[in-house]
Amino acid sequence: MNTTERSKRQKQRKVLLMGRSGAGKSSMRSIIFSNYVAKDVRRLGATVDVEHSNIRFMGNLMLNLWDCGGQDSFVESYLTNQRSHVFTSVAVLIFVFDISSREAAADLLNFASTIRALHEFSPNSRVFILIHKMDLIPADQKSRVFQQRAVEVRSTCEDEGFLEQQVDFWATSIWDQSLYRAWTQVIYFLVPNATVIERMLQKLAELLDARELVLYERTTCLVVTHITRGSEGQNPYSDRFERLSSILKTHKHSMAKHTGTLASEVSFAEMQVKTGEFMFFITRLTENTNLAVVMPSDEATFNAARVNVQLARQEFAHLDIVEKRSKDAARF
Amino acid sequence: TRQPAQHVKRKGHPKLLFMGLRKSGKSSVRKVVFEKLSPADTLFLEPTPRMERATLQSFVPIETAEIPPNAPVTAPEFDHRAAFGNAGAVIWVVDVQDEYLNAIGDLIQTAVFLAENYPRVNFEVFIHKTDGLSEEYNYEAFREVRQRVQDELSDLGHGDRSVSYHQTSIFDYSIFEAMSKVVQRLLPQLPAMEALLNKLCSTCRIQKAYLFDTSSKIYVATDTSPTFLRDYEVCSDYVDVIVDIKQIYGWQKHERQSQDTTSQDDSVGESLVTYDRSGDTYIYAREIDE
Ligand SMILES: Nc1nc2c(ncn2[C@@H]2O[C@H](COP(=O)(O)OP(=O)(O)OP(=O)(O)O)[C@@H](O)[C@H]2O)c(=O)[nH]1
Ligand SMILES: Nc1nc2c(ncn2[C@@H]2O[C@H](COP(=O)(O)OP(=O)(O)O)[C@@H](O)[C@H]2O)c(=O)[nH]1
Ligand SMILES: [Mg+2]
Repeated sequence: MNTTERSKRQKQRKVLLMGRSGAGKSSMRSIIFSNYVAKDVRRLGATVDVEHSNIRFMGNLMLNLWDCGGQDSFVESYLTNQRSHVFTSVAVLIFVFDISSREAAADLLNFASTIRALHEFSPNSRVFILIHKMDLIPADQKSRVFQQRAVEVRSTCEDEGFLEQQVDFWATSIWDQSLYRAWTQVIYFLVPNATVIERMLQKLAELLDARELVLYERTTCLVVTHITRGSEGQNPYSDRFERLSSILKTHKHSMAKHTGTLASEVSFAEMQVKTGEFMFFITRLTENTNLAVVMPSDEATFNAARVNVQLARQEFAHLDIVEKRSKDAARF
Repeated sequence: TRQPAQHVKRKGHPKLLFMGLRKSGKSSVRKVVFEKLSPADTLFLEPTPRMERATLQSFVPIETAEIPPNAPVTAPEFDHRAAFGNAGAVIWVVDVQDEYLNAIGDLIQTAVFLAENYPRVNFEVFIHKTDGLSEEYNYEAFREVRQRVQDELSDLGHGDRSVSYHQTSIFDYSIFEAMSKVVQRLLPQLPAMEALLNKLCSTCRIQKAYLFDTSSKIYVATDTSPTFLRDYEVCSDYVDVIVDIKQIYGWQKHERQSQDTTSQDDSVGESLVTYDRSGDTYIYAREIDE
């Protein structure tokens, strides 16, 4: 594939990350995309103007993330002289509310003028509202506090012309897996060939006779998609996908610390967990993704499955846009 | 090369008694280590008004209890036998983020009382809440507390009383490592377990082996090669990975077991992780019993 073909296939999706200063935007960006751990974010300063990052993701998806500094003077300029520049061709707006903010009314006003501009330039965009820093709310009040804020924000969205199905609400905190839950939804919405991937995975799952397959991106550990079969559908841990993201990210940091390398460079070849109840392994599927496989407990099927996943790599390889280096070619 | 633990003749499982001024962090330590409370959630803990006991049922059952700060422990009307009669160790928690020398008076009083009446009870001092402070500050505080306690005990004629000191925080591994050492000192099987682990390491060319209690993440023994906190950290994190994955995908176990009583699940779990560069096993874990 030559360069022009590739760039044609490659989808640039513009994602705005907005919210008032101190809401936690850069914190979550650093944790998800730059291998920070939650306690590192104290080092971050306020974002000046917009910080752009391009994140190559699964398949032909290129995320073009705009972390928009939230101090009033910057917001003022996004809404006036930079208005069309900022709000044109937006695929997703992620708007972050700090639940501990003492200026809830001002936050809402700021939000209203932001989505007014969004509706003007990108009326078909999708909005993800993150009600953030939920760790500061005692457990028994979380759901009430969240609902209350969501209702206010939703009515603002409707006032500005956004339909109910265009807006999603998530409670988040950098201190638990809720952050992964929310970002997984964003990514799933953006992955252009999700159904193709799912069909291929479904076939693979049947071949392996797996209980579950979970495909996730290597650097962010965000779950791209999963296939669940048979009785695994009754698995009571419905939050297991974001838990897996969080477990693997933590493991990565732990290994990085132990080996004295950067977390971005740590990647394991394989992880296996065998019990009398199930067998589980994680291995590389494509350049940018890993696959977690959950099997019934049987040594022979388990080993066959490991071989079959290796063989399936070829088929999945074209989902990644990464240029094949000769080294990779030799591996197949 | 290692000193055999003192006072290991005690019968039964380890019993740990937490003491310290109010808000020093006693309940937080107990709940984080033995009940898996997340450290951040300790902010919402209420004061503990009366003596509270709990037992962790595990490989080694561990009983913990907390004495409220205002309890008159050295007064004659206090039921000493109930509190200290079968205790293995008293853990005195000092809040290093507070005026930490204020705690010394009560600490000494208790230490002396124990030395005179219950000399077989180990005395452990946790110099606690070291997170967020500079290393120099922590070291200075640690040195100062130890010096003061040592001096005062000598003045009172108990200079030979052995006291252990640990720097701890619930926000990192130090609390688990300290608790591991406290528990190990109470296990009569320790030398035998160490010998077994030494043999395992040399036979299988393992660099370092820890025998973990998975429910508390305390290590009940390790081989006698030098220990580094970072080895314990990475193993402990890996235990978490396994425990979490087992929980997520082992959910059918209970349902099946209740229906089909003949199915005996006698296979042991094992797990490993390998790394790109070498392909060699980096960490290997094997379950000994549930
Ligand atoms: N308790 C809690 N604090 C958080 C959370 N996320 C972020 N913070 C804190 O919020 C503060 C501000 O975070 P930033 O990420 O710099 O905020 P920002 O939205 O990028 O701010 P601007 O760049 O000025 O727009 C930091 O001190 C973080 O430690 C969370 O989930 N819980
Ligand atoms: N920074 C920090 N705070 C801690 C630590 N351990 C406990 N705390 C806090 O100290 C306060 C008092 O703890 P608590 O366990 O109720 O104290 P107790 O009265 O001794 O039982 C709580 O707000 C805890 O969150 C620690 O290691 N570091
Ligand atoms: Mg910022």
